[in-house]
Amino acid sequence: MAKKLKKVDVVVVGSGWAGGVVSAELAKAGYQVVTLERGKKQDRQDYIGVKDELRYTDRYEMMQNLSPETITSRVKIEDTALPVRTRAEMMAGTDLGGGSVHWAGATYRWRAIDFELRSKTIERYGKEKIPEGMTIQDWGITYDEMEPYYDKWEKTAGISGEPDPLGDKRSSDYPNPPMLASPAVKLFKETTERMGYHPFQVAAGNLSQAYTNPDGEKLNACMFCSYCTMYGCDFTAKSDPLATVIPTARKTGNCEIRTNSLVRRVLHKDGKATGVMFTDTRTGIEYEQPADVVVLGAFSFTNNRLLMLSEIGTQYDPATRKGTIGRNFNGQFNITFLGARGFFENKKFNLYMGAGALGGTLSDFAGDNFDHSNVDFINGGGIEMRQYGDGAISTNHVPSGTPKWGPEFKKNSIHYANRSLVAWYTPAVMSWWHNYVDLDPTYKDEYGDPLLRITNRYTDHDRNMAKFGIEKCSEIMKEMGADIIDEDEVPEEFDHIYSGGHYAGGIIMGADPETSAVNNYLQMWEMDNLFVVGGSAFPQFGGHHPTSTIGALAYRAAEGVEKYLKEGGQLAEAKQETLNA
Amino acid sequence: MTEHRPHEDTQKGISRRNFIKNTGLVAGGLVGGSLFGGLLTNQLQKPNAPINSEKEVSHLLEARTFFSNSEDFLILSAATERLFPTDDLGPGAIELGVPYFIDRQLAGEWGMNAKEYMKGPFLQTGVVDAYESQADSTQDQGPNAETQVPTPAFRYQTPMTRGDIFMEGVQALEQTAQEKFKTNFHKLEPKQQDEILQMFDDGKAKMNGVASTTFFNLLLQTTIEGAYADPVYGGNRNMEGWRMKEFPGPRMSYTADIEKEDFIVMKPESLRNYQGH
Ligand SMILES: Cc1cc2nc3c(=O)[nH]c(=O)nc-3n(C[C@H](O)[C@H](O)[C@H](O)COP(=O)(O)OP(=O)(O)OC[C@H]3O[C@@H](n4cnc5c(N)ncnc54)[C@H](O)[C@@H]3O)c2cc1C
Ligand code: SF4
Repeated sequence: MAKKLKKVDVVVVGSGWAGGVVSAELAKAGYQVVTLERGKKQDRQDYIGVKDELRYTDRYEMMQNLSPETITSRVKIEDTALPVRTRAEMMAGTDLGGGSVHWAGATYRWRAIDFELRSKTIERYGKEKIPEGMTIQDWGITYDEMEPYYDKWEKTAGISGEPDPLGDKRSSDYPNPPMLASPAVKLFKETTERMGYHPFQVAAGNLSQAYTNPDGEKLNACMFCSYCTMYGCDFTAKSDPLATVIPTARKTGNCEIRTNSLVRRVLHKDGKATGVMFTDTRTGIEYEQPADVVVLGAFSFTNNRLLMLSEIGTQYDPATRKGTIGRNFNGQFNITFLGARGFFENKKFNLYMGAGALGGTLSDFAGDNFDHSNVDFINGGGIEMRQYGDGAISTNHVPSGTPKWGPEFKKNSIHYANRSLVAWYTPAVMSWWHNYVDLDPTYKDEYGDPLLRITNRYTDHDRNMAKFGIEKCSEIMKEMGADIIDEDEVPEEFDHIYSGGHYAGGIIMGADPETSAVNNYLQMWEMDNLFVVGGSAFPQFGGHHPTSTIGALAYRAAEGVEKYLKEGGQLAEAKQETLNA
Repeated sequence: MTEHRPHEDTQKGISRRNFIKNTGLVAGGLVGGSLFGGLLTNQLQKPNAPINSEKEVSHLLEARTFFSNSEDFLILSAATERLFPTDDLGPGAIELGVPYFIDRQLAGEWGMNAKEYMKGPFLQTGVVDAYESQADSTQDQGPNAETQVPTPAFRYQTPMTRGDIFMEGVQALEQTAQEKFKTNFHKLEPKQQDEILQMFDDGKAKMNGVASTTFFNLLLQTTIEGAYADPVYGGNRNMEGWRMKEFPGPRMSYTADIEKEDFIVMKPESLRNYQGH
């Protein structure tokens, strides 16, 4: 029998941006909150002096230990899914602050059209533009309604940037100016401007100056230390939960954060969540944490899996295309982030310097900023050129045709170490009836519970988009003066590699309970006191990085939880949508 | 340190650390066998001289803790030197300490797959191996074609740990050398060693448990890592790998230099400096 703990107002699962924002907001509002995190506790001190590429980039020090639990993956519904066994193939956050600690910080709002993609596409191009089997839908919330939450999250995080000249309306500027631009970033911006595009500096979760956020948390200016993506920031200069929402939640005195607490079930009775069951991973002791409201903010995978293991809602079945739990799995994988790499004979860049989100970008081929009448895809994405600060192990880019080992490889990899730049496209990803998640019939975690199974197949739509982006990036590289340009090839098939943390869907938002699991407050249609927060709510993926949308949704959800605690019941009105694509 | 593209190399269904996209032909090596042989024996037979320099202290850390058989270690060393040879740019794998780096990696958490999912059933030996070798030719028609192999190119579906794979792989290098040239792998001419390594790269060599490509990719990955990881791990000896690449090692801040147009060469510093020892 699980040991029963004292009931609280809200129990939150996960301590990344999703769980962290909700915990902080409710604790600030005076509610008793318990936040459960499966990983260990960590703070800035843990990163001082460990700028170690092998350990963090190559051995995935900060990523989930897969020995007790991973996911399984397959392409087609008829296939047998196999486990994704190594951390080289599967990166998910763990430990206090989650993946939101080792993210790079590239920050983009999603576009107005993203939130109403289905209706706007039909409005502009007709119903035929949406191919059979594509299950995109509107979010049940508009950009204008999202805007205040974006604004709030950007201020909490201290985002440093300049507005996208082709972006949607903003109520205020980013709280901090853009970061300094390196010569490579300047070259990208100047070149693309000359080409008639509208470049701007990537908005960054790496701070351009010292800043105090509205909760009183102090952040420092980024030092361009280069050990950023896949690392924790030892200077408190990265916008992450450890520097912001976690201390904010703690200092209210209303939030207890418990690490080493692996949540394994959402407990419920008569259609209401009663709390969660978790195991202390150090002692193996099981606990029950009762609460009035349960919030899942444990990243897409766990959010989906916990609902399935707890038998909440109806599992999506691709045969009937009915059921909402596990529907519309989507994300950015190896078919996204493709582009062109340029090699420069007469230029050397200080590429070992950089920061997670240092870069230039443009939105000329994002959303509906260009005419889609003559392209065979919907939506679009940003084009980016980033300067992360390259490690010595990872910079081995050589022009194609170079052998991949031996003397010529050595010569070229050294020669080009500081002479190559890459631009890539970050396209949106549509949802399809055949991409979904459920529980695996074979593989189990250390407790004997089934693993999450992902079924994900690329389509011609994905490939068309990727090709389009590669062409644009190649043109840019050419204009930038590269002597050799290597274009990425479009992969035919999904390679089961889950890197970069952009996986979403399964517990999606919408206005219609037939086709969505949560309403626009991230509240479950089927269980009023259960909120599921994070990328799991994306009905399809936008054409930019996801995290600011996750942060904004978390503020929206926090507002919903508070509203629910005061008023109870369903917070949004269900509408019926006609979805016969 | 790019998060979104660590896997650009995997688009071809080959493993992450292939480093470049195209599988080119192997260029004939000029520097080779005799040189590394000499270096290695020097090291292996170093007399117990008194320790009076930092360099020598670091040599005290160079002993095998994974490979118990010195012959296996010689084979491994010879192979790494072909992948990353000494040339006029600077030292190759052996001089950089790469074989010791690999030995230590295999003796630790990574070599024992401590943080990887290692529960069965395993399909590598049967189905998945076949997927890997079929992946390229059958993918042309796209995923919607019925002829498509279902799940190409899963990378790791074997109960063998990385340590096991290296043991098997090193012995398979020797086996292949015996079959083809009737000589020990480490005694072959560089060109002959390259020929064998190319067979492994192409998945054409015989190996137990995994495709030879799987071993080759791990070997290549660890060779590069050993050349460029912080010296604390036993490779990149005296930061010579970094010096060749003009890489400065870990630094606190580049704020003062980030806007500078000219390329800046800094004297490398290691984690040891960074941590203030
Ligand atoms: C290397 C890398 C770079 C990235 N760079 C960018 C970028 O530049 N821009 C961008 O927009 N996005 C980026 N991302 C994505 C970004 O990290 C995620 O979108 C974001 O962190 C998601 O926040 P979250 O709160 O939903 O999840 P997380 O921050 O991952 O938090 C989830 C937490 O839940 C915990 N948890 C999971 N299961 C359980 C359980 N059963 N019980 C208890 N706790 C549990 C986890 O341990 C984790 O701490 C990057 C991701 C990676 C991996
Ligand atoms: S690059 Fe900047 S934000 Fe990133 S870890 Fe270094 S100091 Fe922190």
